[in-house]
Amino acid sequence: MPSLDDLKKRIKSVKSTQKITKAMKMVAAAKLRKAQERAEKGRPYSEKMQNIILNLTKSVSDPENAPKLLVGNGNDKIYLCVVMTADRGLCGGFNSNICKLAKNFFKKLKQDGKEIKIITVGSKGLDQLKRSYGKNIIKNVNFKDKKDIGFNEAEEVGKIIIDLFHNNEFDKCFLFYNNFKNVITQIPQAQQIIPSENPSEKNDNKDDNFYEFEPDEDEILEDLLPKNISTQVFKAFLENAASEQGSRMTAMDNATRNAGDLVDKLTINYNRSRQASITKELIEIISGAESL
Amino acid sequence: MSEKIEFEIISPDETIIKAEADQVILPAFEGLMTILKNHISLVTFLRPGIIVATIDNKNKNFYVEDGTVEFSENNLLILSSTAKDVNNIKTEEAQKMIANAKQAISKNDIKDKDKYILSYKIDTLQEITQ
Repeated sequence: MPSLDDLKKRIKSVKSTQKITKAMKMVAAAKLRKAQERAEKGRPYSEKMQNIILNLTKSVSDPENAPKLLVGNGNDKIYLCVVMTADRGLCGGFNSNICKLAKNFFKKLKQDGKEIKIITVGSKGLDQLKRSYGKNIIKNVNFKDKKDIGFNEAEEVGKIIIDLFHNNEFDKCFLFYNNFKNVITQIPQAQQIIPSENPSEKNDNKDDNFYEFEPDEDEILEDLLPKNISTQVFKAFLENAASEQGSRMTAMDNATRNAGDLVDKLTINYNRSRQASITKELIEIISGAESL
Repeated sequence: MSEKIEFEIISPDETIIKAEADQVILPAFEGLMTILKNHISLVTFLRPGIIVATIDNKNKNFYVEDGTVEFSENNLLILSSTAKDVNNIKTEEAQKMIANAKQAISKNDIKDKDKYILSYKIDTLQEITQ
């Protein structure tokens, strides 16, 4: 049985923890609103970009000579996985969910005898993956010192990917990130970006939709595809940022509530022990008086 | 029937403008291009220049450095990470950009294509500052 003093100290410490988690929740809620707005504003760009590329792909006359970024280099051996996580912890299952998805994916690839190369974006993913996949990690990017992650940062990552592709360092590329659905649900996702995957293989038969290209298709595609990679990375950044704050907010909300429960429980304990010690003292006094 | 086209400029951060325009002049990579209603479906990309959109008989100007244009079924869609309303560009900012571009163009190992793009960038920015 802990002494009264100990209990008092614990209650105090839990209360101050509760204050911290509450403050973090408030901060996350404020940041979430901003991040969510940005994610929603950024969506049309990447969607429309995908659309244009889809239309272009349909009209590529001879697939054999199509740019490699679009159709792949024909091999299926080396996989590049870009695992995007946050730089900070204390956000519930956010980082672990992405890593878990990635790890399962790696396991499957290993069973199929493929080679894996990993780029981690954000320091938390690196921490979690380096134990079991340390030698597969070829690069680690983080933007810890940047306050806002903008399109330039996404282009940086995109450039790394494209350079690696041109040096034939990998055959296929996947992005791992959390898709922001709403504040409580974020869905970890693996998205293939090279070769670009048609999100929906709809055969709309919209063949009457002929396009005039200026300059020709190939040149446009060559300009557009690297841009599309950066765009997809940027989209993943935005979705991730919103998910991180959402996840942190729910986690901190739960933590605050748990701390409250704990304080209640400890207070009851404290009161009981106090009562017990008073009763004990009374008994001592009474029995002392009786013996006289 | 209205003679207007749906006109949209989208940057990665936000939708910059969404409106109905009478006509839009684009600085396409191979030359200026005016889009009117019922133009043939088209995909092209942009060089540095100014997009002039005529909305309700008023001209609205946007500065772009690069971008992708898709026109189909009277929907004009411009994707650009550098688009800005000309009125929002400050003179000092533009002058700084000119200086940077001039520095880049004076290097020897520059490709013809980059040179072409940079020279347009300088011209356009100078036009804005005047």
